[in-house]
This record gives sequence, structure tokens and C-alpha cells, in this order.
Amino acid sequence: MSLLRQIAAIIHKDVTAELRTKEMFSSMFVFALLTVVIFNFAFELRVADARAIAPGVLWVSVTFAGMLGLNRSFVLEKDQGCLDGLLLAPVDRSAIYFGKMLGNFLFITVVEAIILPIFSALFNVNLIQPWILVVLLLGTLGFSGVGTLFSAMAVHTRAREVFLPILLFPVVVPALIAAVKLTAGLLDGQALADMANWMQLLVAFDIILVAVSYMTFDYVVEE
Amino acid sequence: MRVDRITVLNVVTAIAILAALYLALIQAPDPANVDSEAQRYAQRIIYFHISNAWVGFFAFLVTFLGSVLYLWKGERRWDILALSSVEVGVAFMTATIITGSIWAKPAWNTWWTWDPRLTTSTITWLIYVSYLMLRSALDDPARRARFAAVYGVAGFVSVPITFFAIRWWRTIHPVLFDASNMGLSPNMRFPFFFSLGAFTLLYFTILIQRVRVEQLADRVAQLKASISASIR
Repeated sequence: MSLLRQIAAIIHKDVTAELRTKEMFSSMFVFALLTVVIFNFAFELRVADARAIAPGVLWVSVTFAGMLGLNRSFVLEKDQGCLDGLLLAPVDRSAIYFGKMLGNFLFITVVEAIILPIFSALFNVNLIQPWILVVLLLGTLGFSGVGTLFSAMAVHTRAREVFLPILLFPVVVPALIAAVKLTAGLLDGQALADMANWMQLLVAFDIILVAVSYMTFDYVVEE
Repeated sequence: MRVDRITVLNVVTAIAILAALYLALIQAPDPANVDSEAQRYAQRIIYFHISNAWVGFFAFLVTFLGSVLYLWKGERRWDILALSSVEVGVAFMTATIITGSIWAKPAWNTWWTWDPRLTTSTITWLIYVSYLMLRSALDDPARRARFAAVYGVAGFVSVPITFFAIRWWRTIHPVLFDASNMGLSPNMRFPFFFSLGAFTLLYFTILIQRVRVEQLADRVAQLKASISASIR
């Protein structure tokens, strides 16, 4: 089996499991919605223009909801003994990493696709613009890339789910800053050429951290 | 009394730090371009503040190298090096942030501002506190060493990107302070570099002690295991 087919098989497994329970997906979606609503209440009293805070609120709700999804990603594998099965299977370890990572990426993207129109309506901004979608995908890629690695580590700690945010948030700060900056700039109608450095930073973060995660994933899953 | 090399190192370090204190607090000249008396005294903190920051970041570089070597070779001593350096580095980084705040109050009239350097230092500090928490949350020693090494690599890679991100983000706002245009007068340079050297020496002294503690802990664990095996 080629590497791509192995990766596809792992994504297929995750999607099938998720379609049967819809556990992760529904909790991520409701949580993202709740974050948006809470922010609405928390800021409404002081902020005159909702547009000013929209990019920040969007990214906070995406990262928080993504965190829930990433957490479940390896908890299920470990509790059901599926991870051992995956490791025993005659597939490359990098296939497991990319399979899980792309699966997580897919789940978070689907949640974003649903939350985006609702968000646009609640904050009265038009977020459905091609470049904002690109930024969203790039940010999600970096987040799920390094998140998948840390999620595989967090399941082995005593506190488990509690641990992932502690590991993940400080490391993804640069991606978050770049993504919020780009989203805000695009909402304000700035030309993309003026923000090329932010785009480069986001892409560089994605490449470097996905590469590091891919190279070190072996050490995390090995017994 | 037998004098071993570590005792010599301890004594030399103690003398160097005392000398650095004398140079920074008494010998160094007053700064010329400050307004109030509080600022005049506060300025002297830079001899320690910048030395602490340098040692902090250097310690995390050592951790990164130790982590890479551990993943590559799988030898326990690299794990010990990485762990010891993080602990020392976090202590120095904490000192950096605290001394910076003490200086910022008279100089900037605030304890804290989200300046690039401050923000990067804080996030770096958080990464390595998370590193230590990760270690304490894992029971299996081999797994702890591996996970910590992976986090030591990923965390260190993220630090320079964070610095660039925050610097770009903040250049839109007025820059309050920039070390490159502050400048040190020639007679401040000697105390400054002496202090830098003394703190680097202090780092290595504490690091060596911390490594020894960990090695002794390993030996105690081994002895315990062999005793309980022989009793049985």
C-alpha cells in the first residue's frame, strides 16, 4: 500500500468512527458557538464596534473548539486499544501522523465551515471571503499539525485532557498572532501585498512545526 | 580537607558574583540621561537584568541541544542535561521578568507593557514551565525523557517565530524602549560585561550541581532496586 493510501485509510477510519457517534463533532460545534456567545456578552458592554474584536473572537473560538477535537483524537485510540493496533499494522509511522493530523484538520475545518456563517451574522461582518478562508485553513493546519503531536503526548499524562492546552497554547502563539492579524487586515480591506510578511510567517510556522512534529512523532508513539 | 574541582568552581563563582555586585552597585557610573533619582538607581538593575535574560535563553538553547542529542542517541545523560538546564533557565527567566518589572516601574511608569521583548520572554517562560509540568505528569521514566525531549525541540523552535511575530505586531505602536539606541557609556561596559560573565559562570556552576543531584538520584534508585532484589 502506498503512503497516500495508508494515510487515506486512517482518515477514513476516523471519519467513519466520528460519523457513527458524532460525539466530537457536536461538542466542538456547540462549544464554538458558546464561545462566540460568551464573548458577545463579555464585550458588548464596552466595545462600540464589534468588527474590532471579531477576528480575535473568531480565532479564540476556533482554537478552543479545536482543542476539544484534538483531545478526543488520541483518547479514543488509547482507551479502545486502537493505537496499539495502528502501531502493529504494517504502515509507516509517518502515515499514522499524517492520517491523524489530516483527520483532525478535517474535523476542525468542517466546524469552521458551519460556524463561519453564524459568526458573520452575529458580528455583522462578512468573513466569507476567499483570502480569509485561506488564512483560516493555514492557521488550522499549523494548529492541528502541532496539536496532533501534543495530543498523542497528553493522553499519556496523568491529567490527560487537561494537559493539552498547557502544552499547545504557548507554542502556537505565533500562528495565532499572524492569523488574527491577517483576518483583521482583510476585514479592514487592506491589500494582501501589504501583509505579505504575516502570510510568510504563518506559512513558515506551518512548515517548520509540521516538519518537527512529523520528525518527532515516532518518539511519542513508540512503546 | 580535600579540595575538589567543584568546590573551587563554587568559590570562584561566589567571588565573581560578589565582584559583579560591587561593580554594578558602586563602581559603575550614574547614567547621564535620566530624569529622576529613582530612575538613576533603577538603571543599575540592567547589569543583572540583561545577564539573567542572556543566561535564561542560553539555558534553553542547551536544553534544545540536550533534547536533540537525547532523541538521537537515547542516552540518559542528555536527558539529565536538558532537564537540569530547563530548571536553571526557568529560575533565571523568572528573575529576568521580575527585575524587568522593577526597572519598568520608575522608567516607564508601569510594571508591565506588552513590548516584544517582554511578551517573548513571558511566552518562553510559559513554554518551559509547561515542559516541567509535562515531566512531572508522566510516570514512566523512559517515556518522560522522550516526551520532554520532543517538547524541548518543538518549544524551542517556536520561540524565534514568536519573537518575530510580536515584533512585527508591535512596531505599529510607538516603541517605548530599544536596547540598541540606549547605549552604554564606555565606563559602564566593563561592569556590564563582567556581570554577564559572572552570571554565565553562575549558570554553569548551578547546572553542574543540578546534574550531579540527578545522577545521585539515579544511583539511589539503582541501589534501592538492587537491595530490594537481594532481600527477596
